[in-house]
Amino acid sequence: MSSHASTSHSTGHAAPQGFIRKYVFSTDHKVIGIQYIFLGLFSAILGTALSMMMRLRLAWPGSQFPLLEHIFPTGFPGGVMSPEFYLAVLTIHGTIMVFFLLTTVPLSGFGNYILPIQIGARDMAFPVLNMLSYWTTVVALMVLMASMFVEGGAPISGWTAYPPLSALGKIAGPGLGAGQTLWIASIAIFCLASLLTALNFITTTLNMRAAGMSLMRMPLTVWAWFTASTVALLAFPVLLGGGILLLLDRLAGTSFFLASGMVVSGKVMTNSGGSPILWQHLFWFFGHPEVYIIILPGMGITSHIISTFSRKPIFAYKAMVAAIFAIGFIGFIVWGHHMFASGMSPLVGMVFSVLTLTVGVPSAIKVFNWLATLWGGHIRCTASMLYALGFVSFFVTGGVTGLLLAQPAIDVYFHDTYFVVAHFHIIMGLAAVFSIFAALHFWFPKMFGRYMSETLGKVHFWITITGVYSIFIPMHFLGMAGAPRRYAQFTEFAYLSKLQPLTIHISWAAFVVGAAQLILLFNIFRSMRWGKRAPDNAWEATTLEWVIPSPPPHDNFGDMEPVVYRGPYEFSVPGAKADFILQTEQEVEGGE
Amino acid sequence: MMNSGLASENWNGGGSPYAVGHKKLGMWLFLVSDSLTFGSLLISCMYARTASSNWPTPFPMWPSIAFASLMTFCLLTSSLTMAFAVAASKRGDRAAAVKFILLTILGGVAFLVLHAREWLHLIDEGVRPWSNPWGSPLFGASFFGLTGLHMFHVFSGVVYLGVIALGTRNGKRSHEDVEVCGLYWHFVDLVWMFIFPLIYLMSVSPK
Ligand code: HEM
Ligand SMILES: [Cu+2]
Repeated sequence: MSSHASTSHSTGHAAPQGFIRKYVFSTDHKVIGIQYIFLGLFSAILGTALSMMMRLRLAWPGSQFPLLEHIFPTGFPGGVMSPEFYLAVLTIHGTIMVFFLLTTVPLSGFGNYILPIQIGARDMAFPVLNMLSYWTTVVALMVLMASMFVEGGAPISGWTAYPPLSALGKIAGPGLGAGQTLWIASIAIFCLASLLTALNFITTTLNMRAAGMSLMRMPLTVWAWFTASTVALLAFPVLLGGGILLLLDRLAGTSFFLASGMVVSGKVMTNSGGSPILWQHLFWFFGHPEVYIIILPGMGITSHIISTFSRKPIFAYKAMVAAIFAIGFIGFIVWGHHMFASGMSPLVGMVFSVLTLTVGVPSAIKVFNWLATLWGGHIRCTASMLYALGFVSFFVTGGVTGLLLAQPAIDVYFHDTYFVVAHFHIIMGLAAVFSIFAALHFWFPKMFGRYMSETLGKVHFWITITGVYSIFIPMHFLGMAGAPRRYAQFTEFAYLSKLQPLTIHISWAAFVVGAAQLILLFNIFRSMRWGKRAPDNAWEATTLEWVIPSPPPHDNFGDMEPVVYRGPYEFSVPGAKADFILQTEQEVEGGE
Repeated sequence: MMNSGLASENWNGGGSPYAVGHKKLGMWLFLVSDSLTFGSLLISCMYARTASSNWPTPFPMWPSIAFASLMTFCLLTSSLTMAFAVAASKRGDRAAAVKFILLTILGGVAFLVLHAREWLHLIDEGVRPWSNPWGSPLFGASFFGLTGLHMFHVFSGVVYLGVIALGTRNGKRSHEDVEVCGLYWHFVDLVWMFIFPLIYLMSVSPK
């Protein structure tokens, strides 16, 4: 009969044989999750190396680096990084970090590994599609890397690829020929992969929950991945549409994003009728939801970990779920706050400003509930918990500056200064990266059956959090003094010359933070082989992933048919024999 | 109160809350996503139109609009035959299902051929992605961009229908597969029902 339909529904499929099917083109969500995490690790290493090069240029503008000239003969003529090369490095740094680290790891990486297990499923709804999405993401990354090696090198238009610069082609500058075209192609491919992953996550969450796993018994991580996927499903296609139009402008001679009367490199352009502002609308209609695609999984992970290590139920579970949804929804109607300085009518600016400020409400709900969960808890200060608290800290520090930027009158001054750079690095970059650290330490025992080193984790945490605050707090002051972003050098500006010591300080702090990441790398690879062995329920936690062996078998639950009897965070229940109750534990006779 | 029996129970896990299989739910989600891709293009074209003072209105009722109406007719008819195909496969009448899918393919191919003719005709009249004889160059850009993306969808749909027809004939595809394919096909139709008025009807020449 219809063999095709039935295989995808059957439980307990046999584990695949052979290295290729098992580890390379695997359809097992757990293998794919780890593949995404390693893709992110690679991206993080590359992206960090690029940022170190930028910090060198900014702090010591005239100094020569013969070694770097040796590696990049055209980028460092005479040992000094050319401003164009600086912009190319900046573009690849931003693109890699935003798309291939922050979008993939918290959502596609940990979501893939953990979500099906936490809802009691044996795999994703579409395992083959899942594999294809992963390999499509790899192709996107390879196309992006290829842009660095074509004639003219990588594009210089930043991760936001604003036209006209990005739409004009070679004539506009180095990297804007083939490099920019490949950049757009890479992002378009990435969009496809991401929306297919999102579709997979949503279907899995809706259709494949185990018996008893009602919506209000789902861990907050699942709610967060589910909402982030919904946002991704609705946001990525808009970037895809914009990308198609931008490609048409470049390859088919259209002028969607090009206005009339432009003179570029001394040549009068024939384009007319289009508008670069249109790209900003399309990009930010995607771009603002994108920042929530990045941060929502972090919020879920933080809630989950704080509850576990406070040995207390998460405070106001329902409010947390509602806040996740509110943030996801409001995220779609605030994109104009990126365009206050692009020439926007004061009325529209006002509307976007008020809408943006309302995001503060659900955000504050989350922060207060995290604090209320901590209050009076029996706190276990693990490395994972520290990183989760770091997330909360960054979410507050970065959110507060968001409220300043959300006001048009203030933003026309702050826009395109280092103040914005500080805002989004703290709230998007660091918060999401710390959620990755937290998740890694938390689920590592599940993935590999061994703990990561707590000592190394804590050392890494304290160096990193001190280091990054010494990078980004001073950046606010640079921004307030008017230092513009996306410049290779400030020393030319008399009004900024006094601040050069601050720039040098930032660079030193960045080098310390960069070096400290070696501790993390060492911890990961050492613990895989030699870490302390972990029991199945490594943290005495409550959700379904802790019911099964570490690492889990191919079909997760083996012979067991998971049934869920209670909510996700039953810690320290009065009268219970332990301070945690697994979700699979049946109600005691006459209990509650 | 929650709504009736089966559905509300399934929200509690152990089943599909909408009582649909993975494939159907997945296709619905894909279509939601794809409608935003088209939406972003349609809105961009309308943005360009609204922002320009010299948007051309070159289509006379005869022959342009009549011709485009014929294309619309082909596509709409193919949706009807697709509905018949789904009904037939639901009855378990595989032969009839295959027949109706083939008719659907015929409608799709007719649309593609007519559409290709339309492109050649406009190119003949001097419309290019970067210019046209009548006004804003974005007219041609919008026309080719939007209808090109749509044609790509129709073409993919024809291939998809072919795969499903083959699978249905030799019993490899279930009724759900036919139904899911039908969803896609109706969606492609629906998108045309936005493109037709926005590109053609709004650009009828005023005589
Ligand atoms: C209360 C919450 C927030 C408010 C009110 C807010 C407000 C803003 C505003 C007004 C800007 C534009 C500044 C400018 O370009 O002049 C901005 C930029 C930015 N925000 Fe936020 N934000 C908030 C939270 C977040 C979160 C949670 C993230 C990410 C997880 C984020 C990521 C970004 C990024 C990436 C940019 C800069 C994009 C660029 O120009 O390259 N923000 N924010
Ligand atoms: Cu924003």
